[in-house]
Amino acid sequence: MTLKHGLQAVTVAVVAGLLALLIWKVVHQDNGVKLGGGRTPPAPQFALSRLDAPGKLELASLRGKVVVLNFWASWCVPCKSEAPRLEAAWQHYRDKGVVVVGVDAQDFSGDAKHFVSKYKLTYPNVHDGPGNVLPKYGVTGFPETYFVDRRGRLVGDRVAGEISAAKLTAGIQQALKS
Amino acid sequence: MRLAALLLLALVLAAPAAASERHPTLGELEGEVMCPTCKTTLDQSSAPIANRIRQFITTRIAAGDTKSQIKQKLVAQFGPAILAEPSRHGFNLLAWVLPFVAIGLGAAALAWLVWRWSRRREAAPAAAGEAPVDPEIERRLDDELARFDA
Repeated sequence: MTLKHGLQAVTVAVVAGLLALLIWKVVHQDNGVKLGGGRTPPAPQFALSRLDAPGKLELASLRGKVVVLNFWASWCVPCKSEAPRLEAAWQHYRDKGVVVVGVDAQDFSGDAKHFVSKYKLTYPNVHDGPGNVLPKYGVTGFPETYFVDRRGRLVGDRVAGEISAAKLTAGIQQALKS
Repeated sequence: MRLAALLLLALVLAAPAAASERHPTLGELEGEVMCPTCKTTLDQSSAPIANRIRQFITTRIAAGDTKSQIKQKLVAQFGPAILAEPSRHGFNLLAWVLPFVAIGLGAAALAWLVWRWSRRREAAPAAAGEAPVDPEIERRLDDELARFDA
């Protein structure tokens, strides 16, 4: 094999390698869980630092309870409007085995703590500054709410945007029955 | 003399970098920090979080933080992806090294091609000079010359 052929082979190998890398990246891109149509995929796990208490909160530790998972940020305007609604749901359903978990993402932790204090939120809130959990769920904006049943499966549809009291109640009821 | 000139040049180039590190401006940092929600640099974004980060940077500059300190604080909040440039440690070092490796390999390949091409050009006239003349042409040339002499 001449040097020319050798160089050609190396060039083809490099181009093929880059193409394979691109295809692998596209195929393995994390687009989040698919919901709707009766699908009940397992809720992606996370362990994040708490905003309202020391230590971390693991989603797995809430197995056996219905979880209302609310993604928010202190700079998000609709998050401010729905926060009292989530607090009310937490107060109403906490004795029935329901827990509301707020996931503050892409935000300063200081701003998030101020938000929790300002809106008098007593349900657990965690901080995900880099937003690493967002792609796992397929969160595209704030706020977004998910319902996890007692077996750790996502049920119903995600609620993108400010959640109404009716949708919140319906989601919780569906998760309780699941 | 040359050494002194080189040292002077190094000092001239290093001085603005040191000043930028000690006294950064919002404008500089806006080009080096990403907006986490829009995936562009801050100077390209007017998203609420971009405005909040600008406000944070302004506060930290006023408090006397260096550029590195401000970046460290942002990384602590938002992770390394908040920086527009990858860090120069670990796996990210590849992003800095690979372009130079590619340029080096390209230059070596180009040099080899030029060297080969120039060798062919040198060999071509020599080969042409040594090529045997067609006997038929030689004969016709002799005939023509003889006719001319006559």
